Amino acid sequence: METATQTKKGALVIHPDDNVAVALSDLKKGEKCSVRLGESEQWVTALDDISFGHKLALCPIGKDESVLKYGEEIGKMSEVVNTGGWIHTHNMYCERGLK
Amino acid sequence: MTDTFMGYARKDGRVGIRNQIAVIPSVFCAAKVAERIAYQVPGCVYFRHPVGCSQVGEDLEVTAKTLIAIGKNPNFAGVVVVGLGCERFSPYELAKGIAPSEKMLETVVIQEEGDSLAAIQTGSKIAREMQQIASRQTREEFPVSELMVGLNCGGSDMTSGLIANPALGYASDKLVSQGGSSLLSEITELIGTEDILARRAVDNEVARSIKETISATEEKLRRQTQNSSNKARTHLISKGNYDGGLSSVVEKSLGSMKKSGNAEFCGVIRYGHQPDKKGLFLLDSPGHDGEVSTGEVAAGAQIILFPTGRGTPTGFPGIPVIKITGNPKTYIKMKENIDINAGAVLNQEKTLEQVGEEIYQEILEVASGKHVKAEILGHDEQFCVTRLP
Repeated sequence: METATQTKKGALVIHPDDNVAVALSDLKKGEKCSVRLGESEQWVTALDDISFGHKLALCPIGKDESVLKYGEEIGKMSEVVNTGGWIHTHNMYCERGLK
Repeated sequence: MTDTFMGYARKDGRVGIRNQIAVIPSVFCAAKVAERIAYQVPGCVYFRHPVGCSQVGEDLEVTAKTLIAIGKNPNFAGVVVVGLGCERFSPYELAKGIAPSEKMLETVVIQEEGDSLAAIQTGSKIAREMQQIASRQTREEFPVSELMVGLNCGGSDMTSGLIANPALGYASDKLVSQGGSSLLSEITELIGTEDILARRAVDNEVARSIKETISATEEKLRRQTQNSSNKARTHLISKGNYDGGLSSVVEKSLGSMKKSGNAEFCGVIRYGHQPDKKGLFLLDSPGHDGEVSTGEVAAGAQIILFPTGRGTPTGFPGIPVIKITGNPKTYIKMKENIDINAGAVLNQEKTLEQVGEEIYQEILEVASGKHVKAEILGHDEQFCVTRLP
């Protein structure tokens, strides 16, 4: 059990409506990770190198579509992202003025 | 059936979870005398502050309201007010404000006693006697609806918004669902979430008040950042936040907001004021750890719940501060300061709900008398009255 938790790469979904998960460890491109929401689990392959604490898409998200975390919009995509892709300031924008 | 805890009944109908004597100076000039009185009589706590004179208007008003409200907090069985004698915020006004709580209350004024040594002696004898009377009071069983918790985070890292805050939100929701009270604050850390928070308001008036409170803070920050000649001081979201994976100010604020779970907001409270009913409230305070905790204790909170990713040792006089970290490395490094390891979620050993339940159970135990690490080690840094420009 102890070794299993250390080797399994994971990501956490905070809210059932979310279309992103947060990496719980550094993920390498092509690496499979276990995405958890409460007790349920699904497997997603990382399309990019994704650092600990950064977001990966759980489904394809189109240009100008909402990025949902905590069940709320945290911004919109400036370009399409596919399942397992990294989402950050390079491909997401937020209309909220104050930075 | 609701959960219960063992607390101390107060004459004004409120319930304390500690039974100490508070020594409160009305002005900074009386701080050392207050401190010495508390040292003479172990079990007393004192409240060092830099205010009480050379202030005017709303700034002085908030100082007065806050110090009075700290004295009325039900965790204190009695209060020794210490004044100098010529200050703007008179010790007699402080005592008069605390008096409706009907707790043990005496005033010592240095210029009337003769000198600081005489004032320390008089105050120590009073505190000694209060302590003896308080020692005869025993705990009784009360429903958790008598508890008010203050939510406050500091030394945050990416695990705070991801793990510790949502787990704390679970515990806050469970308390509020049983009729208890919870306070969300740190308005500077909520910018961008005003519409989301307003949707959780109990009615339109509260929704409007939430939006106004947050936009007033945002306006103030905007003015301050525009006035700064230093570009590095103009951002709410830091490079460290971006590096940690946060992509927008809304994302950062949502993480802060999650401390309050999903419950409805019953209202907005001004600094130094108390809610007139039970439930979840938004307290208008800037994001400084100490100013937030002080505003929450003034509002009546008996416990502070404090997520900290990087780890901070701070505490509050006479009020347990439960430290929660979402970072398992911080828990190992700072285990003498941190009470709850929410980092078990990061290691995939526990779910958010399991850790949330752990926090809730810790609230009940601490309310019934279990000491938190900050209390045992004597940390009291968080008492800090807010100032108005």
